[in-house]
Amino acid sequence: MNNLIRATARCLRSGAAVYLPRQTDGRVWSAASARFLCSAVDIQKDLGEMVKKDKVVVFMKGTPAQPMCGFSNAVVQILRMHGVDEYAAYNVLEDQDLRQGVKDFSNWPTIPQVYFNGEFVGGCDILLQMHQNGDLVEELQKLGISSALQNAEKESK
Amino acid sequence: MLPSVLRCARPISTSLALSRPLAHFRPHMDPDPSRPVERAIRTKLTDQLKPDHLEVHNESHMHAVPPGSESHFRVLVVSSQFEGLPLIKRHRLVNEALKEELSTCVHALAIQAKTPEQWGSNSTIAKSPPCMGGSKGDHTVEEKLKAGRE
Repeated sequence: MNNLIRATARCLRSGAAVYLPRQTDGRVWSAASARFLCSAVDIQKDLGEMVKKDKVVVFMKGTPAQPMCGFSNAVVQILRMHGVDEYAAYNVLEDQDLRQGVKDFSNWPTIPQVYFNGEFVGGCDILLQMHQNGDLVEELQKLGISSALQNAEKESK
Repeated sequence: MLPSVLRCARPISTSLALSRPLAHFRPHMDPDPSRPVERAIRTKLTDQLKPDHLEVHNESHMHAVPPGSESHFRVLVVSSQFEGLPLIKRHRLVNEALKEELSTCVHALAIQAKTPEQWGSNSTIAKSPPCMGGSKGDHTVEEKLKAGRE
């Protein structure tokens, strides 16, 4: 618990905004907060940790509660449809180093960016196609996440 | 601090059915000489991916950028080079072909990368979600618009 308080204090000082979705009983998901250091080299190291800390990690514009981009919003909506509400979402608009850093880290030129278990999945287009072709249900299952659409998927087969 | 932004707050449909056939669409649009970025995208994708079918749509008018901008694009590439490749590798091929544009003037690139077989069984282009105004007041986008004009 003390570690969480220290991490949160560092997060608030650094100014990077992290969305911590609430669980149904009101507790904030105990995922870690954002990066702690400011240099470009450190951001790459921090990103390496950030993408592994949570099963589902999204780098987006805005927050899940208030997306600032239609493509980022599409990612949020897709995750919501699948009942995934425990994920780390990092708002790149709050932090230009993070915004460029994640593009370098992923070698991917655009935002949003989605990671599953530390592995880069893709952006909005890929997540949408995975949702449409049923792959997303399967990938979430591999993460130990039961998609809300899983039963619908089974019934259609 | 970001200035206040326009919100196009139309929610996307819950079924996320973002595909529709473009009945009015001409599959091979003539390149517009006054649109250098669109022309460059078309040329590079043609040269590097040898597509059977290629569509390049400037969607900048759908976003919070000035009229005439070339900052937001949607591409549909049908190429046998995508066969056997997962989506992410296909998209990376497209990104690589357009590396220069993406690092200078193109802010958003929506990609559909299909094999000829996939295109044959579903020849529709997806529709982009409604803009939520994030480009307005975004310094990074302003720099890219400036780069596009130069």
